[in-house]
Order: sequence, then C-alpha cells, then structure tokens
Amino acid sequence: MPEGNADIIRLNGAEKHFGAVRALGGVDFHVGPGECVGLVGHNGAGKSTLMHMVAGTLVPDSGQIGVHGDTEDNYSVSRAQQLGIRCVFQELSLCPNLSVAENTRINHASLRGFGWRRKAAELIAAKLDEIFPGHSISASDIVGDLSIGRRQMVEVARAFTVTQDRLDLVILDEPTSSLDAHTAGQLLAFVRRFVAGGKSCILISHVLGEVLRNADRIVVMRDGKVVVADAASAFDRDRLVTAMGGAEARQKIAAQIAAAKPAASPLRVRARPAAQKDGTDLVACAGEIIGLAGLAGHGQTDLLLAIFTAASRARAGIEVTAPVALVAGDRQSDGIFPQWSIAENIGIRSLARLRSGLLISPQREAELAAFWQKKIGIRTPDMNNNIFSLSGGNQQKALFARALGSDAQIVLMDDPMRGVDIGTKLEVYDLVREEAARGRTFLWYTTETEELDNCDHIYVFKNGRIVANLGRDELTEEKIIQSSFGDAA
Amino acid sequence: MRPEMTTASLDTAARTSAERGALARARLLRGLLPALSLALVLLAIAWLNPRAISYFGFSLMLNLAIPIALATIAQMFVIAGNELDLSIGTFVGFVGCVTATWLKDAPLIGAAILLGSIGVYALLGALIHLRNLPSIVVTLGMSFVWQGLAILVLPKPGGKAPDWLLGLMAFKPPFVPFPIIAALVIGLIVHFGLMRTSYGVILRGSGGNPAALGRAGWSLLKTKIVLFALAGLFGVLSGMALIGITTSADANIGNGYTLLAIAGVILGGGEFVGGRVSPIGAVIGALTLALAASPLLTFMHIPPDWQVAANGAILIIVLAARVLISRRER
Repeated sequence: MPEGNADIIRLNGAEKHFGAVRALGGVDFHVGPGECVGLVGHNGAGKSTLMHMVAGTLVPDSGQIGVHGDTEDNYSVSRAQQLGIRCVFQELSLCPNLSVAENTRINHASLRGFGWRRKAAELIAAKLDEIFPGHSISASDIVGDLSIGRRQMVEVARAFTVTQDRLDLVILDEPTSSLDAHTAGQLLAFVRRFVAGGKSCILISHVLGEVLRNADRIVVMRDGKVVVADAASAFDRDRLVTAMGGAEARQKIAAQIAAAKPAASPLRVRARPAAQKDGTDLVACAGEIIGLAGLAGHGQTDLLLAIFTAASRARAGIEVTAPVALVAGDRQSDGIFPQWSIAENIGIRSLARLRSGLLISPQREAELAAFWQKKIGIRTPDMNNNIFSLSGGNQQKALFARALGSDAQIVLMDDPMRGVDIGTKLEVYDLVREEAARGRTFLWYTTETEELDNCDHIYVFKNGRIVANLGRDELTEEKIIQSSFGDAA
Repeated sequence: MRPEMTTASLDTAARTSAERGALARARLLRGLLPALSLALVLLAIAWLNPRAISYFGFSLMLNLAIPIALATIAQMFVIAGNELDLSIGTFVGFVGCVTATWLKDAPLIGAAILLGSIGVYALLGALIHLRNLPSIVVTLGMSFVWQGLAILVLPKPGGKAPDWLLGLMAFKPPFVPFPIIAALVIGLIVHFGLMRTSYGVILRGSGGNPAALGRAGWSLLKTKIVLFALAGLFGVLSGMALIGITTSADANIGNGYTLLAIAGVILGGGEFVGGRVSPIGAVIGALTLALAASPLLTFMHIPPDWQVAANGAILIIVLAARVLISRRER
C-alpha cells in the first residue's frame, strides 16, 4: 500500500480489561493523514485507554494495531516515536527539576554532544514562539517554577518539536484544560495550521465547542465502545450530548425513594464551595441522599473534604450539625490500613465505643465486625484476616461498614464505587437507601451517572462551583451533561 | 543571569517579570545558602582563632575534607535517583582496608577487587529497580556485608597505603592548600558531568519524573545502574583518598561517613526526592561539615563529649533556614 494514502494509525477490535473492569470492548479506530479527529465521551468511556494504546504506553489484550499501513506486532512507546506518533498526556509529564530546554532533550535522543543545550533551547523556543506568540517562557526556566498553564504550554510545544524522527500524529488529551482562553485559542489555531500542512491530530476535550469547531471528524465513545463516528459537520451540540449520554431510557428506582421521603426533616449540612460567587448553597437534610455530579475534579472532592473538616472545626460558609464519616474514593491510598485485619479496619472510626477502660476491647471490635460482615455481606472466612485477603469490592464494603458502623449521621462518599463489580454496587445501593430511610444523610460524589438515580437531589459542579441544582424528577443524563459541559457557564 | 525578554506580551508581562524576579531571587538565595553557611563557619573560626586562617591552618582543618567530599558526591548520585545509600560509610571502610593491603601488596588483584566492588554497586542498582525494593533496606543490609568483608581483609588496624597514593595526598601546591583545590576540581568535574552533559539530564530526570522518562523511551534500569555505579566509583575514590591521608586502615574507619555524606548532600541544597541535587553545593556542604566538625567546636572550647551533639545542632539550624527559604518560594 502506498504510504501517502495509508491511515496513520488503525486499531481493529482493540480490547482491554483491568481486572474485572472492561475499559475497552472491541474498538475500531483510525486516523488518516491531514485530519483532526475529535474524541469525546464521558469520564470512564475509554478515551484515555484508547489513546494510551495509540501512543504505545498500553498494550491491548486483543486486537490489531497498524501504523502507516503495516501491522505492528511489538508496538511500544519508542516504536510509536519512530513512526511519528506523539502524545501529550493529561497528567503532566515534564520533570519539574529540569529546565525547559532539558525537558526537551528528554524527548529527543539525538540532542546530544557538543552544543546540545543551545540546540535544545533554540528548538523549544522556536516552537513556543510559533504556537504561543508572546508566551514569556524562557528555555532556561526550571519547570517546577512555572505556573500550571505555562507547563502545559511547554508540554504541548515539546510534542510538536522535530529533530530526527518523523512527526505525523499528535494526540492532545485535554490540552486546553489549564490554558486561558487566549492561549487556548492560539493552540487551536496552530492545530488547524498543523492539520492543513498534511499532519494529523487527535483532540480530546470536554469543551464540546472546541471539538465541534476544530475537528474534521468526531468519534464518540461510551462504556468502552465507539458509539458514533461521523464528520464534524454532521454533529451539533445536542446530537453530541445525546450520543455521549445514551438515549435509551433507564429504569429508575425513583418511586420507592419518593415514597420513603419524609416531609420536613432537620437540616444536616449547608455548604458553599469556596469558588462559588453567587449565593448557591448545597443543602442536605436528614434522610436525604444528595448527589454531586459533573466531570471529575471539578471541586466535588474539595467540597466533601471541606465539609469533613468543618465537622470538627468551624469553617466559614459551611454548617454541619451531626457527626461525619467519609468513604474515600481511592481506597488504597486514602482508605485502607494495609497491615491491619478486616475487623480493625472497620473499627477504627468507632474506637470510642469499642473502648473498655483505656484499652480497645477485642470482643466489642469482633462484635461490630461480625454484625457488619453479616449485614453488608463481606465474603471472608475470618474477619481477623488481613484486609488484603479481600477482593477489591469486598475491601470497599469494609470501608462502607467503617462509615455506617460509626456514630456518623452524615456519610460523605467520594466516588467510592470506582472499580467495583456490579453485584457489590447493587448491594451497596440498597444499603445506602435503607440507611437513608432511617434518617442518615448521604453526600455522594460519583462519576457514574447511573448512580445518581439513587439520589434525591443532584448538584452539578463545574470549575469548583455549583452550576445546576436538579431535583430527582428533573434528573436526566442529558441535563447533567449539558450543565457540566456548558462552555460559558 | 536571565536573557532580557524581548517579547512584549499584553499586560501580563509586567506581573510576570515581577513574579519571576521574586522566584529567581529565592532560587539564588537557596543556591547561595550552602556557600553562606560555609562562610558563616569560616567567620566563626576566624573570630575564635585568627591564626587558623592560614595555609597551614586550612591544610590541617580540611585534612579529611577530600574523602568526605568524595563520599558526599557518591551519596548525591544515589539521592539524585530518589534512593538512599546507608552502606557508603562501611563501603569506604572496606575500600580503605583493600587499599592498605591488596592494593599495596598485589596492585592488580587490589584494582580488580575495587573494580568488582563498583560492579556490585551497579548490580545493587539493578536489583533495587527490578525488584522494586526499598534502597534503604538493601543498602542497610549491604552495610553489614561491607563491614564484614573489611574485617576479613584487615582483622586488626594496620596495613599501609601504597606509596604513590601517599605522595599524591601529601601534595603541597603553592598558595592554596591541596584540599581546597581538590574540592574545587571534584565539584567542577561532577557538575559538568551531571548538570551539563546530555545524559546527565536523563540521570536527573529519572529522579524528577521517572514515569515521564519511561514514556519518552529511556531505560530506568540503565539510569539506576549508572547512578549506583557512579556512587560506587566515588566511594572507591573516597576510601583511597582516606587511606592516602591516614596512611593505614581500620575496618571501622569509614563508619561515620554514611550520615556525614547524607548531611553534606542536604546541606548542599539537595533534596531527598525529586532529583534536585547540586554537585558544587554537595562539595561545599562536605567542606562545611568538615570544618564544623572538630576544628570549630574545638576552638569554641566545647568538650569532645559534646561535639557530636553540637555538630547536629549546626545541621538543624542550617536545614531549618533552608526550609524557611524554600517556603517563601512557594
């Protein structure tokens, strides 16, 4: 096949599993020369996984990768570099202890020998001037001293520098997330020039307008699959949103929740995010399940942590009237005590009640553990086993037991169902509703829209602020996506 | 220092340059801190005993500075890769024992042993990377291995340094004492190698953001091996220099160097994680420690029993000053 006509990259039937979670289920994807492909989808739709495969940092469990028309059997990062494929990852991949020029050298093995520093500095400075005129970044600046926006500019510019290897395709994963409107505009204009020059780009962005205006073709992903792929001109905002959210109706558990809802219950939490300019508060009463929605990292976790701190120490703008417990999202780093038994992990939030005299009573600890083992169904022969003897889902159940077994009347959940199998999820949903009916309050941040069906009330977050406030009857996935993707909210 | 900005950029330029000036000042201050602490110690010595500030005085006070500086550089390579070497002290002792016995009596075998020990260091780096072991544990274990080997080689204090080594270390250049020249040369050579060469960037990057380096296609195994091998090399140089000065060896001769080397790196502006190290700073840190150790405290009439504690107090003061300055940088 003549190289000029071949796709730059083509993936056929790419599949990837992480443990029990299917991240990609048989995706076909290709990028031709001279086109900008927009890739959109909700969190966890599989975009990043797919891009890691294109960049060579992840190997698919099954499926084929072809580059420039040839099938690649041992595809890797260095192979991708040779073949002219670069990626600007969402998480910054600069070394903060090195200068801008030195970071450029890292991506170019050929920058060495006498005078390499000058060459590297000239290379990156020229590219920065080309993409971001008036950028005020010096090649000798130490990256750690630069603001997050400037770091992103350096990272983007670095991906477009060329020395020895060819450059055909640059993947930009949320390239404008830390840029202001002016520099974002400069970057997107450069992308258009780059594509007009016969090269290609993949543009991933949560700002739908950016994708609609700059992509030639748009690929929409959902639940690890490509659901629509079409020319950009065939899309408008509404069609994109519908494609991302899934048009099929979801059966809801609304009725039973609405029925159980007490008429007027005491206020438990009133909180205002630090970045909130208008007077919108998050309000939660006893017996309510409140959902915190929106894209990941838009201030939901910050607010939960602020509420958690406010419970023990007064804080401006936040009112908490009952004891609080937090179920951490990242259970490995924030939730579990790795050296401890399951029972000890459950009891840690309730030590005051487990005490007899000055010491912890092992008997009471065991009683508490046994009660919750039965109630929440932790599958283990012995609660004195190490917590790591449990599967991921059961570890998460133990963390729920820690919160629910405590005296806390308010339970904060920081996207706790990440990577948990569906069976466990359903069990926990039931438990949460049951506990809410008994008067407990739940604040539930989740990135999975289905989980919001369990909530009485949903606050949608964007850029650290509440941008929408939906009652349970108003809740539709489109509405949430509309507000969290609002370009000029 | 910085090239003038020629691009006029909106109204942010003014704010940017102000904020940048502040950053540059803080960085300069931090860079100068090791030199400042050295100057402070020197001033204190000059005030307490003006006669010490002379060719002869420095030669005497900095007697052991060269091996300390070399051991500090060895530790610095390990710290540059976000690891810690707790065996460098006993390793220096082992090298000393080999130098005072094999290297004098059978130079070829002695040289082979020393080269082999550098190879062991390289293998340790590979082991730590491949098995993802904590370097503290591995090197703590190795410290007993080196100590044991040192005792095997030289069961009781003795041996003699090779004559060429004695001659080298007794070198008396005009005007400037040898330890100062040696420290300068060591600092500059390592600075060039680690801070200016293109592979030095990769070595430091492996401490700054290993994931990014791996994504760019570099072998993290290789960087770790190189860093540990360099640590081994400078450990060998340190042990040889030490024996050149003391003329004979003892299996315990280097034991204090482990902590001295770590303190020297930190005093010199290095950080335990993040690949932020400074070879020149590390050498200055080593000199400061060498001076602050016995000479200063002796002049202050602090009894020997209290010198170790006083040494620690000096360390805490300097490190606290560093933290204050880096906090202002944030």
